[in-house]
This record gives sequence, structure tokens and C-alpha cells, in this order.
Amino acid sequence: MRYRLPVLVLAAMCSGACVAQQDTQKEIERYRQLLAEGNPADLFEARGEELWKAPRGPKKASLEQCDLGLGAGVVKGAYAQLPRYFSDTDRVQDLESRLVTCRVTLQGFTPGDAVKNPFSAPGRSSDMEALASYVAAESKGMKLDAPLSHPKEVEAFRIGEQLFYRRAGPHDFACVSCHGETGRRIRLQELPKLTDPKDARKIFTTWPAYRVSQGTVRTMQHRLYDCYWQMRHPQLDYVSEASIALEVFMAKYANGGEIQAPGLKR
Amino acid sequence: MADPMRIRASMAGDKVEVRVLMSHEMETGLRKDANGALVPAHFIQNVTVTHAGKTVLSAQWGTSISKNPFVHFRFKGGKPGEKVTISWVDNKGERRTDEAVIISG
Repeated sequence: MRYRLPVLVLAAMCSGACVAQQDTQKEIERYRQLLAEGNPADLFEARGEELWKAPRGPKKASLEQCDLGLGAGVVKGAYAQLPRYFSDTDRVQDLESRLVTCRVTLQGFTPGDAVKNPFSAPGRSSDMEALASYVAAESKGMKLDAPLSHPKEVEAFRIGEQLFYRRAGPHDFACVSCHGETGRRIRLQELPKLTDPKDARKIFTTWPAYRVSQGTVRTMQHRLYDCYWQMRHPQLDYVSEASIALEVFMAKYANGGEIQAPGLKR
Repeated sequence: MADPMRIRASMAGDKVEVRVLMSHEMETGLRKDANGALVPAHFIQNVTVTHAGKTVLSAQWGTSISKNPFVHFRFKGGKPGEKVTISWVDNKGERRTDEAVIISG
């Protein structure tokens, strides 16, 4: 008897606080739905489509023959099967690294020039953000189905898994420090548990997204770069093997989720 | 000229429902850049929407309107196939005009 009372009191406390938090969540969701109509990512999609078709680079060629995994020039549905192994480069690639490949092979840019200006800054917009918005939008509504069968895809998953759980840096943080439990939040941003398909399917598929705080569309590469900065880890290089491995790891849990990109975030 | 606006105009009952997404920096003039210098104010001051020669919406904006403004409004008297024209002028005198055809709801 003595032991039951504290448990009941605790349960009552939790239900009061829990309900309040759920109401707040509902209101935030409603607010986000109202905002979703005027998503400035639409402007990026339009510019991305133009850039896809524009002749650029030393070869003055467009990206219209770029193979994103479904064949040369097939954009519809391509984002839903990335990241994946590509035989022509013999490695696992995500959307942005594939765009870099096409910039080099089709448009004639040097590998160094092809990765320049991946993230826009004040006064300097990035073509990559527009292209990623366009390609992702062409998979909107489709279910994410990134493959995990080729030996290199499996290897990438294992590397991503190691990186996800490995604590390092001055804060001794790993991805799992923030993304390892359900119901966590940082300041006012709820954090998905990335190894729980319930969370992963809803969140992973909203990238790329227009981030209001950044005033531009940010891609998954930027999200990972930013996470590494927030953890005070060394800089995560653009379209590095490590970044793609993390995406392969996350995609496994997010597969089956409906692509709602480009999204709209704080 | 600035990036094109994205305009959708469709019938909603007997009214025309218009959604416009404008591409503009909307700098307040109060922000400082990485060197500590003020970023000059650059924002849309006037928005005019016309249909069949008549002004259906007129807006005078200030620095409180966010970057990449989105406007959603309804007006009476339009029909599918007719044009809606949207123009803006900013404090630097730059302007942009785009139009869209009304589609049925």
C-alpha cells in the first residue's frame, strides 16, 4: 500500500504535463499546416528546373542526361531511390553527390569547381539547393525506397551505424546523443529518434526543406554538416563518404515514409 | 529583373482565390553583416493586383514583411480564363510584374 501512492501521484503528474505538451504539439502542427501553403521552396523548385535544363560549364551542356538511378534524364521518382550504389562511379551516392558527378561528366566542370558553393550565403545563392529542391519535388508523395542490397550499400550502412553511435569531440556527442530517444527536444525543436521508423519516416522525408531561420532551402548534406558543427565535431566534408554513409543508415529506418520534400522548417 | 513570382489563381465558389509567392530579400535595414556594417534596407513597398483593368488589391508594405512574401486573398468578379496581374515596386525602385490565368476550382 505504501508503495502504490507515490506511483499514482507520479502518474497523475505525468498525465497533466503530458497532455499540456500534446496540446502544444497539436497547435504547432496546425500552425505548420497553415504555413505550408506559402512555402518559398516553390521558388527554388522553379529555379532548379531551369538550372537542370540550362547549358552550363565548359561543355555547355544541360543536366538533362544526368542519370540519378532510373536512367539518363529520368527525374520523376529518382529521389525516392536515393542513396544507392552506382556502377559507373562504383560507389554509393546520394542526390547531391550524383549532381556533382553529372556536373563533371556532362557539363565538364573540374571536380573542384563542381563542389563549389554548395550552401548559399548572404549575397551568394547556391545552384545545388535549387537543383535538389527540383529533383526532390519530382518524388513528392512517393514512398522512400532506398536499396540496401549491394555489398557497398551494406558497407555504407555499417559505416553510418558506427558514426551514428560513436561519441567524440569536446562534448562527447554522437548523433545518438540527440536522436537516440523518443520525445526529446532541443530548445523548442522536437528531435526524432532516427532509428525508430515511426519518427524517421515522417522526418527524413521532409528534406530538403526551406529553413526560415536560414532564409533558404537547406539539403540533407547541409543538415549533416550543421549537426557536426553543433556537436563540435570536425567539419563534415561536402558529399564525403562519411556523409553518404550516414544517409544510408538513416534511410534504412525511413524507408516506407512518404516523401514530403521540399519541406518547411524553422 | 528579380526572380518570377509563383501565382495560382483559381475559382472558389463565386470568388477568385489568388496565392502569390514573391521572391524578395525584404531587408529591414537594421541587420548587420559579418563585418558589422548595416545591410541596406531593400523591401517591397507597394503591391498592386489588377483584373480587367480594375485594382483588386493594393498593399503598402514596410519592413515587418518577411523574406519571400506570400499573399493569399480572394476577390469577386473574375472568371476562368481571365488574367490576374500582380506588380510590386520596392524602395530601390526595382519592380516586377507577373500575370496568371484564372483556372476553375
